[in-house]
Amino acid sequence: MADPSPTETNGTPGLAGAAAPRAPAAVRLRGVSKRYANGTLAVEGLDLDIAAGSFVSLLGPSGCGKSTLLRMVAGLAPLSTGRIEWPGATPRLGFVFQEPTLMPWQTALDNVALPLKLAGMAQAERQRRAREMLALVGLSEAASSYPRELSGGMRMRVSIARALVTQPDLLLLDEPFAALDEITRFRLNNDLLRLWEAHRFTAVFVTHSVFESVYLSERVVVMAGGPGRLHADLPIPAPPRRDEAFRTSPSYAGLCRAVSEALAGAMAA
Amino acid sequence: MSTPRLLGLPRDVWPRILAPLMMGMILLGAWEFAVRHFGVPAYVVPGPVLIGQALVADWPSLAAALVVTLRITVLALLVAVTAGVLLALLFSQSKWVEMTFLPYAVILQVTPIVAIAPLIIIWVDNVQAALLICAWIVAFFPIVSNTTIGLNSTDRNLVDLFRLYGATRWQTLLQLRLPAAMPFFLAGLRISGGLSLIGAIVAEFVAGAGGASSGLAYRILEAGYQLQIPRMFAALALISLAGVVIFLSLSLLSHLLLRRWHESAMSPDR
Repeated sequence: MADPSPTETNGTPGLAGAAAPRAPAAVRLRGVSKRYANGTLAVEGLDLDIAAGSFVSLLGPSGCGKSTLLRMVAGLAPLSTGRIEWPGATPRLGFVFQEPTLMPWQTALDNVALPLKLAGMAQAERQRRAREMLALVGLSEAASSYPRELSGGMRMRVSIARALVTQPDLLLLDEPFAALDEITRFRLNNDLLRLWEAHRFTAVFVTHSVFESVYLSERVVVMAGGPGRLHADLPIPAPPRRDEAFRTSPSYAGLCRAVSEALAGAMAA
Repeated sequence: MSTPRLLGLPRDVWPRILAPLMMGMILLGAWEFAVRHFGVPAYVVPGPVLIGQALVADWPSLAAALVVTLRITVLALLVAVTAGVLLALLFSQSKWVEMTFLPYAVILQVTPIVAIAPLIIIWVDNVQAALLICAWIVAFFPIVSNTTIGLNSTDRNLVDLFRLYGATRWQTLLQLRLPAAMPFFLAGLRISGGLSLIGAIVAEFVAGAGGASSGLAYRILEAGYQLQIPRMFAALALISLAGVVIFLSLSLLSHLLLRRWHESAMSPDR
């Protein structure tokens, strides 16, 4: 099926289609639905293209199916109908859960090295790479610490390092910073942006925070619940370098307002 | 981590050793005093001093009996651990297997060992083997049940993560499910350690096997028949002591395995 239109959206207010990404799609969702075993329809007939190398946020109220969608993209939950296409080569995936999801009986280093270990990489090589990743998230000192010896923010950094250690093409993040305090969350937002700028993986970021979605992404996809479907698709024309200056700028406030209105529309829909 | 140390142990550990020890001394002193003061005959309640003398005098036969009982206990615990963990693994691989077999494990657990020990002793020719089976039946359930719970309560996100990275069933078992079940298994092990001693003693009582290879329970029976009450108490003290040593060593094992990562093994002041 050759479908040149980048995205399909329903009832998009204001900014609709203004700057839809034209880069080749990393992943295409076509008519994706998910019905749980108990009969609940979680996601219905959803079409979505994610451009390679882009940073896209999925924003929506709790229970709108955005986490389910992410799990389907990751192959962790089967689709009820529809299909997921990978136009390029099947990508390497990284997944960051809402909780740090670390193995408490392993050190930070061994936790980061886990994906490489499962792939059968030799110990010396996987430890070297895991050490590099820990350095990138600023945790070189904590390599031999166990998760319970680390703070919540540090655990999340370890979790991100683990997701990036395989050098994924597509990083899926499921509300990774929801449980953190605001100061830590701001810092991790910046860390994540620096990592994305350096590695240019495709990032799909599930969140229920308007501010976080605008700060991080090039595009915010707003979902409505019951059953989960696309409500709005907003490009975020922000400066390439996002930092604390952007966070306090009028354009940031304006974008947040536009996204908030779209979200309010989604919740009323 | 520099808590002040006293004679090689952290200072705050000492009260936990000394307080119960002091209490024991006081109780023993009161016991000895009461026995002497009220002139209680030794064949009713002997005092601690008399019991201590009996322990020393009968040490060769009591020590031999202790070794016999401990041998059964340790063997039963080893078999319980092996069989229990294997069965728990089987349960965790298939809900059907668990649904089918768990009720029988429960029946085995709730049936009083005293009631089935005579049957087992009749059916099994070898007395040692019969004792081992009895002790095993008692010790086996906490291991199965705890390890099964542990294997089934693995963090589902971690299971997903292993799936995402294409882990084999075997990798998931060895690197995720088994380590995650460890705290549950160790809690079961501590219970089973004491239970296997109890199982061994109960079976010895029922078997009433005399001769060279008889354990502490038989020494108690024998002393009872001969009205050697201090020796009876001495054997009883040895059983309690053995139970305490088993519990402490399994607790130590648990602490050493979990101290770096599990909440249960954390020092309260961090």
